[in-house]
Amino acid sequence: MLRTYWSSLRTATWLGWQVEANWTKPILFALYTVARPLALTGILVMLYATVTRGDFSSPMFAYMYVGNAFYTYVGAIMTGMSFAVIDDRERYHTLRSVYVAPVDIRWYMAGRGTARFLTDSAAVVIMLLIGIAFLHLPVHFTTIHWPLLLATFAIGLAALAMLGLMVSSLALLLPDSAWSFGEGVAAALYLFSGAIFPIQVLPRVLRPVGFAIPLTYWLELLRRSLLVSAPGSPTLTTLGNLKLLGIFVVLTAVLSAAALGTFRWCDRAARERGMIDRITNH
Amino acid sequence: MIPRIHKDTGWRLFVRTVMGRAYSRAVGYQRQLSRLAIEVGLPLVALMAYIFVYRAIGGSQDLIGYVILGGAMSWFWVNVIWSMASQFFWERQIGNLALYIIAPGSMMAILLGMALGGMVLAAVRAGLIIVLGSLLFHISYAVSSVPLLILVFFLTMAALYAMGMMSASLFLLFGREARYFIDVAQEPVYLISGTYFPLRSLNAWIAGVASLIPLTLGLDALRQIVFARSAALGFLSPKIESAILLGLALIFLAAARRSLGYMERLAVAEGKLTEHRA
Repeated sequence: MLRTYWSSLRTATWLGWQVEANWTKPILFALYTVARPLALTGILVMLYATVTRGDFSSPMFAYMYVGNAFYTYVGAIMTGMSFAVIDDRERYHTLRSVYVAPVDIRWYMAGRGTARFLTDSAAVVIMLLIGIAFLHLPVHFTTIHWPLLLATFAIGLAALAMLGLMVSSLALLLPDSAWSFGEGVAAALYLFSGAIFPIQVLPRVLRPVGFAIPLTYWLELLRRSLLVSAPGSPTLTTLGNLKLLGIFVVLTAVLSAAALGTFRWCDRAARERGMIDRITNH
Repeated sequence: MIPRIHKDTGWRLFVRTVMGRAYSRAVGYQRQLSRLAIEVGLPLVALMAYIFVYRAIGGSQDLIGYVILGGAMSWFWVNVIWSMASQFFWERQIGNLALYIIAPGSMMAILLGMALGGMVLAAVRAGLIIVLGSLLFHISYAVSSVPLLILVFFLTMAALYAMGMMSASLFLLFGREARYFIDVAQEPVYLISGTYFPLRSLNAWIAGVASLIPLTLGLDALRQIVFARSAALGFLSPKIESAILLGLALIFLAAARRSLGYMERLAVAEGKLTEHRA
């Protein structure tokens, strides 16, 4: 079984990479890949600069910048996984072939998300380097809390894969218009996860949503491990690193159970309703 | 005896083609109302993230209004890119492009129909975003001139959709890179056109180059008119921006007509433009 999982993940990652990248030269592909995340960062920097007249040394800027940089992965993995369902079913008409092949469809979807994770990593690294070099981002190689950073990042990838599985499972039941569904959900979570502003800025009634999603804790832990000299979220300051990590692990486990349950339900419904090979382009 | 079928020609055929293409677009969306909910709800939530950033760093209410207006107007840009410029690319994928070229109606009429149908739907979404956003965040508007507001809006639409018509031929030259090109035509355009912040915050040279995209000047002019208190944040005066938008609309329309004619000749002579290239 493990061998099936591994081969499904590996093959889908390779396929995802080919679909994403083999239409052009690597340098042009890299430019296309980093343009969008860098532009999103540029928008945020301009919002900030408009109000503060370019005071980039403020802890609030570091909070926002690092959260936004790592949030790139959320959009990449969720879009990569859900778009693969739509693309394979509606455009390449191969989803039914994947279903009858000896692969585990969950790991296949995860593989497609992995391809996007790998390609978008370049954008995240470039964003962080620009922030450090030009925007006074307080990240110093010697003060980074490496064990916390690596543990948080690894658990975060699992959480993102589960979120991606949940969204791509729902995409199985949606028509071709769902191409933007993953991206839309990622954009919505951008609001609630405190990625670019502390959760206490949200109206009181919306704050529990932010505290219920693992991404909030993931981003906070990443900030704490990277920005040793800058304060993190004012909302979570009372919680120590270990406590925060514990909450993050528990919420990731709950999310995983929910994602696997959603997949089982959507997969069965899609098979029953004949949606695996449905073409809905209007 | 076969009954005679009435056939329109000339301008009547042009108008019928426009109406036919616009109708199918509008009806297609009516059948997917869930899509409207997704396409209004999720972007509104995403816009709120920028609004809360402004709140977190002490931005004014007018800047929050800038985000809402920018987010609403960006729907027209999304519509132009996805449903105008790249539409022939998608139509080729599903086999409709060849039918368009074979049909007796003009390609300009088909594009115009797509523009009209798409414009109505984008206007519904944009309107919902403005209404909901303004209510949720208590945005007040101080309109300096209603006639100028209407003029700027329609000039922006004309220039935007003419640009989409012109780009439709360009997209036919694309293969899989089309999707990446669309990506590059979204957030990077929002950045250089000042969709979520005053255009004046950008370097004047960047703003000048970005003015070739009608969204840039259209949005800047609209903001100066509806947020009269913040008119000082404008790039050029709304009247100059209107004149430039008119010029852009005329240039883009002429270029669209020329490039579509070229594309049709190429399709017939070489048969390459209608082939499916996944």
